[in-house]
Amino acid sequence: MHPHQPLSAPEPHAAHATDLTKVYGTGDTRVVALDAVTVGFGKGRFTAIMGPSGSGKSTLMHCMAGLDSPSFGSVRLGDTEIASLNDRQLTRLRRDRVGFVFQAFNLLPTLNALENITLPMDIAGRKPERAWLESVIQTVGLADRLGHRPAQLSGGQQQRVAVARALAGRPDIVFADEPTGNLDSRSGAEILEFLRGSASALGQTVVMVTHDPVAASYADRVVFLADGRVVDELHTPTAEAVLERMGRLTPAHA
Amino acid sequence: MFRTALRNVLAHKARLLMTMLAVLLGVAFVVGTLVFTDTVGNAYKERFLTTLSDVSVQATPPYDEKTGERGTVDGDTLRRLQRLPGVASVTGSVEGVAAVAAKDGHPLGDDRVTAGGNYFPQADGEDTRHPLTAGRAPTGPDEVALDTATADQGGYRVGDTVRLAVDGPVLHKKLVGVVRTDDTHGSGATLALFDDATAQKLFLKPGRYDGVTLQADRGTSETELAAEARHVLPEDSDISTGAQLRERQRTEAAEGTRGLSQVLLAFAAIALFVGVFVIGNTFTMLVSQRSREMALMRAVGAERRQVTRSVLVEAGLLGLCAGAAGFLLGIGVAMGIRQLFASTGSGLPDGPLVISPGTVLISFLVGVVVTMLAAYVPARRAAAVPPVAAMSAIHTPPPVRGLRRRNAIGVALIAIGVLGVVFTASSGEQGRTIVLLPSALLLIGIIVVTPALSGPAVDLAGPLLRRFGVPGTLAPRNARRNPRRTASTASALMIGLSLVTGLTVVAVSATASLHERAEHSVTADFEISSKNSGHLPPSVHRTLAKSPAVTSSSPRRQGAVRIGGDEVTLTGVDPRTIGDLLDPSFVSGSFAALGSGGGKSLLIDTSLADSYGWATGQRVPVVYDDGVRGSLEIGGVYHDDEYLPSTMMPLATLQPHLKETEDASVLVRTKSGDGDTARYSLQRTLDQNPVIQVRNTDDLAEAAGGEAITLLLNVLYGLLAMAVVIAVLGVVNTLAMSVFERTHEIGMLRAVGLQPEQTKRMIRLESVLISLFGALLGIGAGIFLGWAAGELAADSIQGYEMVIPWGRIAVALVGAALVGVVAGLWPARRAARLDILTALKAD
Repeated sequence: MHPHQPLSAPEPHAAHATDLTKVYGTGDTRVVALDAVTVGFGKGRFTAIMGPSGSGKSTLMHCMAGLDSPSFGSVRLGDTEIASLNDRQLTRLRRDRVGFVFQAFNLLPTLNALENITLPMDIAGRKPERAWLESVIQTVGLADRLGHRPAQLSGGQQQRVAVARALAGRPDIVFADEPTGNLDSRSGAEILEFLRGSASALGQTVVMVTHDPVAASYADRVVFLADGRVVDELHTPTAEAVLERMGRLTPAHA
Repeated sequence: MFRTALRNVLAHKARLLMTMLAVLLGVAFVVGTLVFTDTVGNAYKERFLTTLSDVSVQATPPYDEKTGERGTVDGDTLRRLQRLPGVASVTGSVEGVAAVAAKDGHPLGDDRVTAGGNYFPQADGEDTRHPLTAGRAPTGPDEVALDTATADQGGYRVGDTVRLAVDGPVLHKKLVGVVRTDDTHGSGATLALFDDATAQKLFLKPGRYDGVTLQADRGTSETELAAEARHVLPEDSDISTGAQLRERQRTEAAEGTRGLSQVLLAFAAIALFVGVFVIGNTFTMLVSQRSREMALMRAVGAERRQVTRSVLVEAGLLGLCAGAAGFLLGIGVAMGIRQLFASTGSGLPDGPLVISPGTVLISFLVGVVVTMLAAYVPARRAAAVPPVAAMSAIHTPPPVRGLRRRNAIGVALIAIGVLGVVFTASSGEQGRTIVLLPSALLLIGIIVVTPALSGPAVDLAGPLLRRFGVPGTLAPRNARRNPRRTASTASALMIGLSLVTGLTVVAVSATASLHERAEHSVTADFEISSKNSGHLPPSVHRTLAKSPAVTSSSPRRQGAVRIGGDEVTLTGVDPRTIGDLLDPSFVSGSFAALGSGGGKSLLIDTSLADSYGWATGQRVPVVYDDGVRGSLEIGGVYHDDEYLPSTMMPLATLQPHLKETEDASVLVRTKSGDGDTARYSLQRTLDQNPVIQVRNTDDLAEAAGGEAITLLLNVLYGLLAMAVVIAVLGVVNTLAMSVFERTHEIGMLRAVGLQPEQTKRMIRLESVLISLFGALLGIGAGIFLGWAAGELAADSIQGYEMVIPWGRIAVALVGAALVGVVAGLWPARRAARLDILTALKAD
């Protein structure tokens, strides 16, 4: 097993967790999902969080994204300490500064593609930046599908709409939770290309939770979690390297 | 299957509770009606047993054919009856009108029921009809006894001086006793009793009685006594035995309560009908949520029939619970209805609640049958889920069928309904009962096409809602997602509101036409009349004519004449002033005719002109009441109207032939108009005589029916409230289900930044939208039905013109919007409080 090692990187952080601990339940049912995690996500980088089921990777993302509140420790998004924000402030933070891509059911069935893309800005009552919006739409290749409802789009197209929505508001950080989990490999590859491209070409910070080594290989850096702790990391990974590291974490795989 | 159904009922307790409430309320209404009817029926029976227990024979002498006066019995006859074998006691009764003023001067009792009579002491000095509760019996010309309610309301105690009037000036009598009365006039009536001689002087003639009641000795039968009495009483007297009287009153009461019960049950049926929509909707939603489960049942070998049956058994169980709870609540409702009727002064008797075994049975039967009926279609649909749906990872609701066939049927129903209504409305009298059928078809047709209408209707609201931001964009789209569900939710509300609107249109139009006509026909400021109908002493007119407050006045004095073989009542008026006081619409001639032709002229209304074929210019031979012959020239014909006498002639011509000088009423114009100041000054002029009423045109219109219509309308509103409450439950239910179904979506919206208040607003707006949609449909249908009912009623209500009560419609719409907000409160709160992470994980 690797010892705990500091993960402070030279580049500035878009988001940073210090001693982040999350405990569910009390007494016999007490589960420590995150155990004093300290991790930073570099600006303009595409980071993947990996780990076996129950390792705490989703909890880490939820806490960093303001969807869940930590039990102890601090989470900073830019200069904002989000552990101390109330529900209203968290909601506003998610709306204005965070983009989300979920595994499935990302879109509202009653809104068309364009309306889904601009939803967070519409909620905020902000006008989207036209040029930026158009370039995002161009990038994900949805220009001719904007008037379609989700039911009229394929799974891959729906997920591309979700990516466009996450990018459209120029958030500080985009969190993607198993974004390719429900897609065939070709559509999945497209989505991962978009996410990588948005980091490399547009400077968008992206954090993705996945258990797929191939997906993780698109990232600039992979952080490995096990039993609620950061146990390892890998820069400019390949799928094989990721698989190899994962194997070390899950004895059954070895 | 049964166990599965039971488990399901238990598993979905909270969601089924709303449904149960819908059935429960309907059942409660039915049970309430039945219990109330039984109770009232029983109370009537009990009361007649006690009121008439000491009456063995009752006799009323016949009307005098020649004079048309009521028959009387003299004291001699009473004494002879007393001496008959088998008679225990004889009571002679004297009856009339006596208006009592309260201590502060205002008249007591309502306009009609102000009774007066005699206190007839038996050997023991007591009158069994009126047991004394305080003081003693009235014995002299200056003494009076009142019933307890009148004494209480008037603030009188034994020893006080009571102000009252019969047909002359105000009388002052000393209150010597307070009596109990079982009079059937009900609350609001007053009763004043005098000793025999005083009562006879006031109401009849000295030494005379209106009728007698006999009590038989033990051992003498009522029939025997009746036969004996027949020999003593005037010929052709109406003689009844106590048993006959009791039977007659019992049947009358039974008919009365049966009519009431039918009306109440009709409204209960409406409430249940609305309930069916709510239940059907809930089961559709429950079934679609559980389609995976149903598919699994099918996959492991359950037949279609078994799945259907399992849902139906579930509905049956629910209906059983609802029936039981509804039964309990119904007893409360019965007490409520009784309270309601008691407060409107309808004078229904009081008694212990009667709960018959039939009622218990019906409550369960209605609960179970209605629920299962409503669940039938969803149950069939549940079974249609293909077994393979159990295997697929994605939640698949049963396929939604197209609306085309449904729309075609709906449009056809509406067309038949509208044509039917228009046709029956124009066919007059015969259409009255038939119109219900096409009206029902029309409403059902609207219900059938509501899903198709919901889309465009909701779209119309879109631009308005956009100002609410994202919640305003999403609310109408959510409402459009399941047209059937939105439609049946709105339909439930539509039914209640269409009836409310229809009834309001008719009632408001009828009242308006009454007021309009009173205003038009009566240009006098006030009409002064007696509660003791037709008996206004001429001194009243003299006093008024002299009053400085009065600018012009005329009596309406009536006298009977014979024309051909018929007796016709002519009305004498003052030709100089009548033109200021009344304004008939003349078909021909005018008031000028009364002043010309030596006073031998007569104005008649169209109905009289039609029935006799008389026209202006014609001479009509008349025989006055005193036998003098004469002839009158028709000086004009005017449209008949309940505010106008059917004839008018110069008073001076009629007066010499009259036996008694009494006025039906006096019309006056005052210096200060028809306001309260003028009214008070007239009342002061008339010594605040409690028997005299001073009414302006509004009061006349109210008395001519306005008041009764308003009362009836309020009672109907109360009855329809139940249907509306059930509909509101339906809205709550639908939204709660929708929130549940969209859990994931709501979680996603919250994740990307929708604030809890915005989430709430989204749900509330959807709720308001559905409510307003239902309300608008209902109001539209209601106006049309109100128009049709008005067309039918126009024959019996003169000058009926439809008035659309915009004010009340606006109130109804605001009310519907509020209903939407209230119905959305709980589902909206649930939506806003969903835990984002749990919601995102929900499947």
